[in-house]
Amino acid sequence: MEFKDYYAALGVERSATHDEIKRAYRKLARKYHPDVSKEPNAEAKFKEVAEAHEALIDPERRAAYDDISRRQASGQAFEPPPGWDSGFEYSGRGGDGMSGGGDADFSDFFESLFGRGRGERGGRSGHEGMRRAGGGAGPVQGVDHHAKVSIELRDSYQGARRTMSLRMPVVDAQGQATLRERQLEVTIPKGVREGQHLRLTGQGAAGRGGGAAGDLYLEIQFLPHPLFRLDGRDVSFDLPVSPWEAALGATVTAPTPDGPVQLGVPAGSSQGRKLRLRGKGLPGAPPGDLYAVITIAVPSAASGPQTVAYQTLAQIYAGYDPRASLEA
Amino acid sequence: MTESHRPPLLGIVVEEHVVFTFTALCRASGADAAQLLAMVGEGLIEPTGAAIGTSLSPDDWQFSGNALPRARTALRLVRDFELNLAGAALVMDLLAEIDSLRSRLQSGSRVR
Repeated sequence: MEFKDYYAALGVERSATHDEIKRAYRKLARKYHPDVSKEPNAEAKFKEVAEAHEALIDPERRAAYDDISRRQASGQAFEPPPGWDSGFEYSGRGGDGMSGGGDADFSDFFESLFGRGRGERGGRSGHEGMRRAGGGAGPVQGVDHHAKVSIELRDSYQGARRTMSLRMPVVDAQGQATLRERQLEVTIPKGVREGQHLRLTGQGAAGRGGGAAGDLYLEIQFLPHPLFRLDGRDVSFDLPVSPWEAALGATVTAPTPDGPVQLGVPAGSSQGRKLRLRGKGLPGAPPGDLYAVITIAVPSAASGPQTVAYQTLAQIYAGYDPRASLEA
Repeated sequence: MTESHRPPLLGIVVEEHVVFTFTALCRASGADAAQLLAMVGEGLIEPTGAAIGTSLSPDDWQFSGNALPRARTALRLVRDFELNLAGAALVMDLLAEIDSLRSRLQSGSRVR
């Protein structure tokens, strides 16, 4: 297990006050929170920051962490000494206001020190994680779980099967929550879009006392594609054409997620013109459209004849001013 | 423990094919009833169809699948930024606007 430097994660001194820790967390949260951030790896960064905040903002946890980190340099393998926490008694979580919706899954390091992470905050672990179906001691339905699944663009075009590993908290007979890894084979329906959720009925936490199992919700994320960009159901890509293809028109071979097609570039096409391939976006009712966005590739004048060709163009287009629109 | 010998599980697209009752939305989002009521009050999520603006009790409400990601986003914003629901609603409106501006930028159309 790797020892984590929570002060470094927040960019604060070890002597930082409670307010300084809070301020540092807030600032980093605004930058990296996955709901508001477009930074690469925002989610992983936010997880680190949230974990550090969770450890340091609580005076008891911070004292415990400081105590153990005095004996440890960051980055080294770390095992908590047996019974190290006997001197600390956690009074539980501070007032967190609203909670729930959390899928935070803190590091093993955090959990070895403080127990399970914020999952507890929503009352989702142990016996509290079960919701009463009818009140009293009747059957208890298992809680719903959430996870994310990354798919390729072509998985949405064609539909796909994905085997995924999920770590799920499982409550044992003693009411202790532990993480168990399990594999699921899931059918990804055709036409699913970024940010949508799939529901897998009965794949959440097991129920008790004859109660039904909860459901599992998977949030769909698309892996970035080198050519194709997504906007809801619509898909677009850049289509480079030569100046003469743009001016004179041409039929070119263009990629689509379903394979290459012949595409007519109309004469007089300018940079940024969008050619629509109706219904060739993500499948659905209605399907999205696929857009080829024209970009004009200008070859360099690398040889004598090529230079002459450009010079001839310059002579013939002597009156053409590409900057006419800039004149006040 | 593998379960790969079973037939693959069919995922249902929540946003297109799922309608939640009040209780089901509580369970799926992890919100408690008071939180969800407050979200309805804030206009963050809206019961669909005839329930809008009527005095039906929450037990009669229905929510479209879109209510699930909205409720979960609101809960995360409230928790991680210590916002109240009005603040979370404002953030979500602004994020939606940024998304729409971004997609207009990306698609090359002029933003007016």
